[in-house]
Amino acid sequence: MTTQGPGPIAVAKTMEGLTAPRGAAGRRRRGSLVWWLVFLAGVLYFFVPLYATLLFSLRAQPAFAAYSNVLNDAQFAGSLLYSAIIAVLTIITSIAIIVPTAYWVRLRLPRLRPIVEFVTLLPFVIPPVILVFGLIRTYSGDPFPLTYSDLGSDALLVSAYVVLSFPYMYRAVDSGLRAIDVRTLTEAAQSMGAGWFTILWRVIFPNLRVSLLSGAFLTFAIVIGEFTIATFLARPAFGPYLSLLGQNKAYEPAAVSLISFGLTWIAMGMIQLIGRAAPGRVQVGGAR
Amino acid sequence: MTEATSVVNAREAPTAPPVRRRGAWAVLGVVPFFAFSALFLILPIGFLVIGSFQDSAANLTLQNYADLSEPFIVEAYGNSIEISLVTAVVGGIFGFLLAYAVILGGLPGFLRTALMTFSGVASNFAGIPLALAFIFTLGNVGLVTKFLLDALGINIASAGFNLYTKIGLEIVYLYFQFPLMVLIVAPALDGLKRDWREASENLGASPAQYWRHVALPILTPTLLGAVILLFGNSFGAQATAYQLTGGTINLVTLVISSQMRGDVLHNPGLGYALAMGMVVIMAISIIAYALLQRRSERWLR
Repeated sequence: MTTQGPGPIAVAKTMEGLTAPRGAAGRRRRGSLVWWLVFLAGVLYFFVPLYATLLFSLRAQPAFAAYSNVLNDAQFAGSLLYSAIIAVLTIITSIAIIVPTAYWVRLRLPRLRPIVEFVTLLPFVIPPVILVFGLIRTYSGDPFPLTYSDLGSDALLVSAYVVLSFPYMYRAVDSGLRAIDVRTLTEAAQSMGAGWFTILWRVIFPNLRVSLLSGAFLTFAIVIGEFTIATFLARPAFGPYLSLLGQNKAYEPAAVSLISFGLTWIAMGMIQLIGRAAPGRVQVGGAR
Repeated sequence: MTEATSVVNAREAPTAPPVRRRGAWAVLGVVPFFAFSALFLILPIGFLVIGSFQDSAANLTLQNYADLSEPFIVEAYGNSIEISLVTAVVGGIFGFLLAYAVILGGLPGFLRTALMTFSGVASNFAGIPLALAFIFTLGNVGLVTKFLLDALGINIASAGFNLYTKIGLEIVYLYFQFPLMVLIVAPALDGLKRDWREASENLGASPAQYWRHVALPILTPTLLGAVILLFGNSFGAQATAYQLTGGTINLVTLVISSQMRGDVLHNPGLGYALAMGMVVIMAISIIAYALLQRRSERWLR
């Protein structure tokens, strides 16, 4: 209340404010308790399975035997490395396809946008198990007998993952492009004598850093533990390795599950870190 | 400088002349994308579509779709749909409450950041490791199973609980379902403008009335859309169910898996029709989601 003095209505409001708070605060506190309980339930749901996995992994004797067994297992390192390489190849291919497409659609071919969007959304409609079903049937005979060779199967695996990455990679890149003035940047680069490759590589890519990195980390998180496609293409990937381990061993699968969870955590943490409130951040991969 | 100029000249020269040719060149920019999609998305799905309309002698037939009414297959679709519906609705409600708790429920702000990070991780923590984690938790010698038995004397197995059944699978699926709901709903809750609540209060509305007549109608398309997305998310899941049950539950994705390993249906065409049925259900849910999304954008954002 300053010297000017409030009008009658404001006074009435203030009086209300002075008399009401006990009830309001009481209500808020009670409400708050309920929300604390909800939050607690969520925390339990999150952490109890992880805690159980941790305890299980530590139960092997001598101490940390599960971890040392796993780390000494050549298949562990081999499958993890294999999946990591596949993930990197997937990321590179996906970016190399999506960025020029999204850029070109925005700059020159806006009429194609609905079609491109439709195609990039198709993987949402087609679950991985169906995609790999179609891929195997299509590429296990003439004229493209890809599944008969390791290299061909690897290529098929990367291609399937690239397709899976389309929905969020395109969304990330497209909203990243929306945040920058593509036309002006392109014209500025052109007027300084840059060709298309130079424009994409030195102007567009650096401006999309956040979008590309978040798309890349999400792709990594999904590819590193993917099971369905890898197992049907008979690839020595991390997901099938963990699945087999889970059927044959007691404590080692717990250790590997935790490591796998840690990798997911790192990838998602990186997304949070690089893109606080930045456009083009994506977080959700899809069903497995 | 000269280098750059020569590069430009080399690249610009052929495209310089007529405008029409330029348009043709412009289309070249998206050729890699469409070629890739055609080879590794459209062609494989097309293969399934065509196969679903053929009998074993490659004659045109609708018999495969008629055969989808076999009891075994109807049961598989029933189970898949039931599990997806239950986890979508339960996960949707719990995820909404959780998002509400940290955004509007008066909890400290840092919990919100923590929850969003966890949700990002958990919604992507699906598949083999998730199934294993729940075996360690609620399996026969799991942490919670033993805790309940030793500390409280409750034997969940004799109480009728079994992790390797539908209810068990639903509990496991919820682990990635409700975090996804949190991620989808949080921006919508943020989008509820303070003015709307203040305006309702000034008009004398109670909090319940504000929710009943203002907030919920605005949020309904988002909430429905999110639940549909959750439905699709668990409908297409295969790895988690495979690892957990080893195929003892009759789910569409698992039937397709065994069909791929060896023709368990004794009819390749039926396998393709089964896959097409799934695609149709997924397509319907995604279209419904897109329509609801468009509706919700009217008020939010």
